[in-house]
Amino acid sequence: MTSTATTASSTEPTGDRPAVAVRHLLAQVGRYTFLCVVLGFFALPLLWLATAPFDDTPTVTASLPAFTLDNFRALLDNPYALSSLLNSVYLAAGTAVLVVAFAALAAYALSRVRVPGRDALLYGLLLLSSIVTGTATMVPLFELAFRLNLIDSRLGVILILSGGLLPAAIFILKDFMDSTPTSYEESARVFGASPLQIMRHIVVPLVRPGLATVGVWAVANVWGNFLVPFLLLRGPDKAPAAVIMYTLYTEGGQADLRLLSTFSLLYSLPVALMFVFVSSRYGFRFHGGIKR
Amino acid sequence: MSAITMRELTKVYPGGVRALDALDLEIADGEFFALLGPSGCGKTTLLRTIAGLEVASGGSVRIGERDVTNLPPGRRDVAMVFQDYALFPHMTVRDNIAYPLRIKKVDRRSRAGKAGETADELGLAGLLERRPGQLSGGQQQRVALARAMACHPQVFLLDEPLSNLDARLRLEARTFLKRLQRELGVTTVFVTHDQAEALALADRIAVMEGGRIRQVGTPTEVFRRPANTFVAGFIGSTPMNLIAARVHGEELAVARARLPLPEDARDRVTDGERLVYGVRPEYLDYSASPVDGALTGEVVVVENLGSVSLVSLDVPADDPDAADAPDGGAGPDGDAGPDGGDGPGAGLAAGDTGAGAGRTSVQVVVPEGSEPEPGDTGWVVPRPGRSLLYRDGNLVTAAPPAGVPAPRAGVAARS
Repeated sequence: MTSTATTASSTEPTGDRPAVAVRHLLAQVGRYTFLCVVLGFFALPLLWLATAPFDDTPTVTASLPAFTLDNFRALLDNPYALSSLLNSVYLAAGTAVLVVAFAALAAYALSRVRVPGRDALLYGLLLLSSIVTGTATMVPLFELAFRLNLIDSRLGVILILSGGLLPAAIFILKDFMDSTPTSYEESARVFGASPLQIMRHIVVPLVRPGLATVGVWAVANVWGNFLVPFLLLRGPDKAPAAVIMYTLYTEGGQADLRLLSTFSLLYSLPVALMFVFVSSRYGFRFHGGIKR
Repeated sequence: MSAITMRELTKVYPGGVRALDALDLEIADGEFFALLGPSGCGKTTLLRTIAGLEVASGGSVRIGERDVTNLPPGRRDVAMVFQDYALFPHMTVRDNIAYPLRIKKVDRRSRAGKAGETADELGLAGLLERRPGQLSGGQQQRVALARAMACHPQVFLLDEPLSNLDARLRLEARTFLKRLQRELGVTTVFVTHDQAEALALADRIAVMEGGRIRQVGTPTEVFRRPANTFVAGFIGSTPMNLIAARVHGEELAVARARLPLPEDARDRVTDGERLVYGVRPEYLDYSASPVDGALTGEVVVVENLGSVSLVSLDVPADDPDAADAPDGGAGPDGDAGPDGGDGPGAGLAAGDTGAGAGRTSVQVVVPEGSEPEPGDTGWVVPRPGRSLLYRDGNLVTAAPPAGVPAPRAGVAARS
């Protein structure tokens, strides 16, 4: 951008019409060149992810592949590769269900009930949540899991991850709950609906986009989490994909680019597909029965 | 039956705001009842307290024979239509109407049938599969009414039922609502800030101010004989003229004119007493030539209201200290002065009009074709039997307060 500015000012002799047009053109050219560079910077790694798995001898550079499917065959020979993806699904789904269910109930309560110090509580939780699953608390968490017999158990990983995600999820969902008018619920109350019925019939369908958002966000978080499952799960048979990725090295400690690139592709596809599916299914549609 | 009785009902919000102040009210069975007042007067709180959405801080609410003061809303057998209708956006019209039945555990088939029947009655037959967002404002309102009707409640509560409709649709919906209420014969309470709506719809009206009821009566009573100056100013599309006045024997000195004492107040006033004279602009006749027993002044504003015009005249105020009364009014003048000084009379007339000292404004409704021009001098004569006197803000009258009417069954009452 700075280069366009200097060229533009140097090519401006008097400020009459053609000069202004030239300056405008140069500014345009400069802007698009800059955008292309930025785009290339971010697109190259993705391009590598798309080409390297199909390359006979992948390197760290993206190039036109010598097409082969051998990499996939080699990956299938690895006993833990596919099952680790399944493990990831277990952990992500379990955590997402717990987080969505508890966050919805807590957010509804916090949104509708006046508790003194409610906002302070929310901000405090939000602040602490980044610590719970952070590196700093790994030792006490490990100790806790050990005492509770939750070492090498998927449930333990799910509980710890849920605990870390819940505060932020409550915070996000409370915003959704706050923006739904209370007259819906009051109307249902006058008809005799119980609080749980109101939650099930009215509130959950109304904040469904919010629930979907939180669910996707939780899945993506768990999918990418390495530290918690790495420390708490012992054998490779329960390890999720993020941990198995770490084992795809040759004996010499060198990254096996053929396996690594192929596994990376398989690892990232489910999350990408989930985003597409959820946004098409639960996109932000709101039918509106409130006349404003 | 389903009369509603409130005794010393009080609601104090946590912040200390007293929304309802020891309020007593009786609503007869089958009545169409309006709660009317300016915003913040407690009318919506009262409706929500009847519904059970607010818990009373004191006093009691009875519906029929049952004391419902501490019952949750779902067990009071009432239905409420909210100002924004609160139709569930994710349900079809059919599911919305059937929702109260779903809560009552009616099985799926019979509640769909019942919803269809109710929708038919309100002319919503073709819309059952639509979502609320696909309906017009008037249709949404009827769906909300149908949902309230579906569970056959003892009482309907409507919060500002017409305020979300545009002007033309509002008239149509008003007629529709009144007819529906007559046919169903269910006790209905509605809240409104629009006095015209209350006059048009209700069998009886309670005018509220500051958490208290200022007057309860039929639309005619409230319009013709407002019990106090607040109601007089609030009811009517043009507020009542309120002018400082003084009793002079059998006559009333108002704005330098002599008017006959209103029949009702004849034996209830003392000579020389200072009062407030009230007459509606609709009950004044304008004349371009001098008439006996008329207020006179200069025309300052003419507002066209369609078939009639509202004319404002600047009338010289009756200055109590000038004492130009020729008929020996000097005697009582002395002791009436301090007595009337703290009354609402003088302050009200000056404050209301803003016309400055010694002048007061009188408004009169003039039929089309005979409108004066600003700057003309006009005379206005009150029609006999339509003027009122207020002492300390309250009507000087012989009539006792109106009682509660007998229960009224609907035309096509549920047999």
